[in-house]
Amino acid sequence: MTILLAEPDPAFEPFRLLDRDGSLRDEAAVEPDIAMVEEMHEAMLRARRVDERLLSLQRRGDLGTFAPVKGQEAAQIGSISCIGDEDWFVPSFREMAAALWRGQSLVDLLVATAGWNEGLATRQDARNLPPAIPVASQLPHAVGIAHAGRLRGEESVVLTYFGDGATSEGDFHEALNFASVLNAPVVFFCQNNGWAISTPRARQTGSRTLCQKAHAYGISAAQVDGNDLLAVRAVTREAVRRAREEGRPSMIEALTYRMEVHTTADDPTRYRDDDEVEKWRARDPINRVQALLKARDQIDDEMIAALESQIEDEINKAWDDAKEQIRELEDGVPDAIFDHVFREPTAELDRQRDLFAKLERRDDG
Amino acid sequence: MNDAADKNGMGRESAGNERHGKTMVEAINRALREVMEEDERVVVIGQDVGVDGGVFRVTDGLIDEFGSDRVIDSPLAESAIAGVSIGMALNGLRPVAEMQFSGFSYLAFAQVEGHAARLRWRSRGGLGVPMVVRMPYGAGVRALEHHSESREAFYGHVPGLKTVIPASPRRAHALLHAAIRDPDPVIFMEPKALYRSFREDLPEAPDEAEIGRARIVQQGEALTIIAWGAMLRPVLKAAARLAEEAGEVAEVIDLETIAPIDAPAIADSVSRTGRLLIVTEAPLSYGPAGEVAMRAIEGAFFSLRAPICRVTGWDTHVPFFAREQSYLPSPQRIFDAARELLKH
Repeated sequence: MTILLAEPDPAFEPFRLLDRDGSLRDEAAVEPDIAMVEEMHEAMLRARRVDERLLSLQRRGDLGTFAPVKGQEAAQIGSISCIGDEDWFVPSFREMAAALWRGQSLVDLLVATAGWNEGLATRQDARNLPPAIPVASQLPHAVGIAHAGRLRGEESVVLTYFGDGATSEGDFHEALNFASVLNAPVVFFCQNNGWAISTPRARQTGSRTLCQKAHAYGISAAQVDGNDLLAVRAVTREAVRRAREEGRPSMIEALTYRMEVHTTADDPTRYRDDDEVEKWRARDPINRVQALLKARDQIDDEMIAALESQIEDEINKAWDDAKEQIRELEDGVPDAIFDHVFREPTAELDRQRDLFAKLERRDDG
Repeated sequence: MNDAADKNGMGRESAGNERHGKTMVEAINRALREVMEEDERVVVIGQDVGVDGGVFRVTDGLIDEFGSDRVIDSPLAESAIAGVSIGMALNGLRPVAEMQFSGFSYLAFAQVEGHAARLRWRSRGGLGVPMVVRMPYGAGVRALEHHSESREAFYGHVPGLKTVIPASPRRAHALLHAAIRDPDPVIFMEPKALYRSFREDLPEAPDEAEIGRARIVQQGEALTIIAWGAMLRPVLKAAARLAEEAGEVAEVIDLETIAPIDAPAIADSVSRTGRLLIVTEAPLSYGPAGEVAMRAIEGAFFSLRAPICRVTGWDTHVPFFAREQSYLPSPQRIFDAARELLKH
């Protein structure tokens, strides 16, 4: 008798449409929608410049800790562009590019990163959640939102983001399992950027791929070159279609790279080589899409420079507005710290607010 | 059967085949049924809550009436039960999640503390999480390890959460209605020792229940005894004996809401009686009795005529069931502590 213990199998080939030099691979079959590519290119460039500005403002002490997005612009813009206003965006904490695409105001982003809660004030009708900092904790929310949408007779889809490290968290596994059992229309979008702070992908899990974990839950999955805007978009569109039309969840693993620090409190030189970063620099997602657009005569260096300068102006203006708002907040009523703990303040919170106000007055005196 | 309990809306012991009134299990079931009938946003989710009707039968029959979309038999995963409920609440539903036992709710704690309690605050009021997390808790039913603890302090300590504990079927009925109506997350801890220990008639419409208000169960002048959940019964027994043997009438308060705590009610009673005894089955150190005591000190220090006394569970794990009664405050311990207080 031969006892067979099946080897873990699924060999995923990362899906690609765009080569590093910007040329379209045969799989593409049809010509991309160039107007859409231009719009996405602009969004990627904006995210890159915002990221750089956030970093410089943080380094000179104007902003607090944040998680840079650099290198992951194609993964985020290629995917987020596949859902509409009726759909939900459930981010982790590194989805600045996707959040801007969804209409997040740059001023709010700056105000929040400067340490003011007001920057995260959420519009009640916007289907975008604020960042979720505990890793993978947002994934069950995505399932609940999707299930509720279905119960309410909507055809909305939930697109939720997480990283490679999140796939080791219990909430990842619980969420995928729930989504499968409930037939929840969720797209689980994993940005495998190679590193969970100092833990490399190889030390994160013994699985050959991250997306094969979805198979254990009966969920379809695909691996995609996360620095290939067109491939990310094509795969995500199919996953969104599937969720909307068939009510089935799926998982996408986008292979990308965190070009910057984990957060501004991190020093990656302690755990990774510059060689690796340089290797990925050559795969920059923005260069690749620019090469495509140049090859189609849609853009040239002059136009890129003009776009860069327009984005620069936008950021300058947003920072001026943010500073203005921060000044107002600094002059405002400090007892805002008691706001929004509950919908109606409790008697105890009112008592503590009064006490706080008295102490503040004494400090002023 | 004790007179004080009966006189003060604490129901009567179930006797033989007499089926007078409802058990707490039935009262909670009725509250769920009523709310689900009048508000289609209300959904129930948890392990075994559907076909099985819950391991304590609290959700018995709901799946037949409301279907499996609204009565969700979930996979075995507490964190996702809480997390999926948060998502449903964010998208317009009013989930009532069940943790099968409070001892397993810690797996969901990160979701409850990290998101349910914070999303309204984080979004500056843009989002809200109107969900209820029900969980049976407490000792006295000869259960296995992990099934008998009283950890209301964990939840009471978290800003943005309300934590309530009913002490009778009628109060469970009223409080669960209030909890589900509440726009913010409510931890609803059910003393499982009371699930079937006595019955009460339920009113047609639920009684008034305001989360954040303590309830005077018995008025008195000699001392104040504050308790909640399953501890109210032994407290009332001790109080009855005190009246009988010593002619001293205790004021007995059911705290009912652990958080936000009703500090004025505590201060008001203690400023009248001058003595305070707190009875909980939670461990002593850093426990909820300490919080109650401090509220009395802050609000009624100059009225105190005796040191505040706590009768609580010990700072041990709840022993296996053969010895669990040694862990729990007994009417005798409560009576003795009250007698001590009255010597001052």
